[in-house]
Amino acid sequence: MSEAASNAPVPQSSEWMRSLKRLLREPLGVFGLALVLLVIFGAVFADFLTQWDPTRINPRVRFEGPSGEHLLGTDQLGRDLLARVLHGGRIALYVALVSTAISLAVGIVLGLIAGYGPRWLDNLMILVFDAMKSFPTVMLALALVTITGPSLTAVILVVILVNVPGYARIVRTQTIAIKTSEFVTAAQSAGASTARILRVHIMPNVIGPLVILASMDIPVVIAIEAGMSFLGLGVRPPTPSWGSILNDGFAQIRETPWIAIAGGIPIIVTTLGFTFLGETLRDVFDPRLKGR
Amino acid sequence: MTDAPILSVDDVQVAFPVGGLMKRSAILGVAGVSFSVRPGETFALVGESGSGKTTLARAINGLQAISRGTITFDGDRIDNLNKAQMKAVRKRMSMMFQDPVGSLSPRMTVGDLVTEPFRIHGAEGRDLRAEAARLLTLVGLPADFATRYPHQLSGGQARRVGVARAIALDPALIIADEPTAGLDVSVQGEVLNLLNDLRERLGLAMVIITHNLHVVHHVADRTAVMYLGRFVEIGETEEMFANPHHPYTAALLSANPEPDPDKVHDRITLPAEVPSLLARPEGCEFHTRCPWGKEKCRVEAPPPGDVACHFPLEPGADPPITEPAL
Repeated sequence: MSEAASNAPVPQSSEWMRSLKRLLREPLGVFGLALVLLVIFGAVFADFLTQWDPTRINPRVRFEGPSGEHLLGTDQLGRDLLARVLHGGRIALYVALVSTAISLAVGIVLGLIAGYGPRWLDNLMILVFDAMKSFPTVMLALALVTITGPSLTAVILVVILVNVPGYARIVRTQTIAIKTSEFVTAAQSAGASTARILRVHIMPNVIGPLVILASMDIPVVIAIEAGMSFLGLGVRPPTPSWGSILNDGFAQIRETPWIAIAGGIPIIVTTLGFTFLGETLRDVFDPRLKGR
Repeated sequence: MTDAPILSVDDVQVAFPVGGLMKRSAILGVAGVSFSVRPGETFALVGESGSGKTTLARAINGLQAISRGTITFDGDRIDNLNKAQMKAVRKRMSMMFQDPVGSLSPRMTVGDLVTEPFRIHGAEGRDLRAEAARLLTLVGLPADFATRYPHQLSGGQARRVGVARAIALDPALIIADEPTAGLDVSVQGEVLNLLNDLRERLGLAMVIITHNLHVVHHVADRTAVMYLGRFVEIGETEEMFANPHHPYTAALLSANPEPDPDKVHDRITLPAEVPSLLARPEGCEFHTRCPWGKEKCRVEAPPPGDVACHFPLEPGADPPITEPAL
């Protein structure tokens, strides 16, 4: 009984806390986290940070450069650019979070089915995933928008269609690796249902790396939203979006460059922030993946 | 011991298909074995790696379909049940797997792991925390281990958790696949004592699968020795260890490391390798390696019985003098 009785102290701080501490030791991760928090802060408190309504048109102040009144200037309709950038952040984050969450949910479910189900179903699903992946994003977006019309929902749908095959493949591969492991056999032997095995024994072991990968995909999602709005396939005017601000400024980039800059900087900041944060998270949680 | 057997295995065969589209055939992982286990009895399956003992255990537990024969558990046939019917059987028959840590789901706490059988089979009205504490105490672990994760356990502790899980539903039969694999010798002893103790207290029957003869001697009432998916000898453990009748049993016993250095050691060396299951020898399947092999063994399969041998060894028989021809 010696080894059973020796009561080694259980490490109390959870894996998450330790990973967070390690994250805060990485300068790049702290920088990324700061940028992300800045963007979130701006989006959440947009109404308090500026008194301007992002959709209020004022023809008397069109194309005004940055000033004390309009910190980032105004656009071709005289709308305050700071207000539009901050509220555009809401759209960007909303699309990023909603579409990533849905993509994850759908990807996990499909991946579990492909990985745990019969071989023929797996082959069929992989075929579909590969076909979806081989579609260029812009073509997919154009095709979808012809059906649904430009809207935020269209953007979210495109992102889901782009992300799901990748997530499902990762989940499928992990599921196949795990389903023959002894703890799964032990659960089968105890009489656990397939649903229970997938939910309790396989999913928790699949989800960690996937969430980190998804966080690294957020910049891509934000770029898709901005890109589609830039092309007029995304949010419809007058709703502010970084992509549409960029488009507004694009026409007059020689005369009034601050509009394009106001639309471009937040995209760069957010993308960088999430990329740095995501990569550091990945290294912190799974050092084996470092440098990939 | 006149009780009806809790488990009867009758002429069970497990075939694995091999080959591609052109020439399909099957290898027999288990090639027709029969035995029974009475309530409260411990039965050991011994054999080398690849002898089919784990396959047999998986077949009994319904994880592996059988291609011939019948398995009867507590009076009912269980080899032809559907998933729902088998679930009812699993409540009364639990299995422990080889890897002490690897057979525990890594993201579950010990408390959740040992009470999972209750969750699977309906835990209405049960206080799972109390059950976890009771089970952990029963296997000699502190109750506060319930909050730990498998990676925080030593091999011996993880094995105890596995035992707790196996006895959770108060089963009639436990199948333990290599219960001492990967454990230090001292911890092996603890685990075996625990299993023996629980068997007596809870009146369990056990089937223990192992290649470790010390384990067999320590816990098993009866033992079957497997070779190429068949039993070459089956009998009372004490009797078998004192007087092995089959040459393979004798060779296994003589190869068992002996803690007493002064003891005279007549090791029987078996020539050649274990034959492939794809090319089973003719006649007696052990003749290719048998030091006592005669002409008859090459052509004729041994008669059915507890010792599958044409020329069973007599008690006190000398090992063969001549070096076996290679």
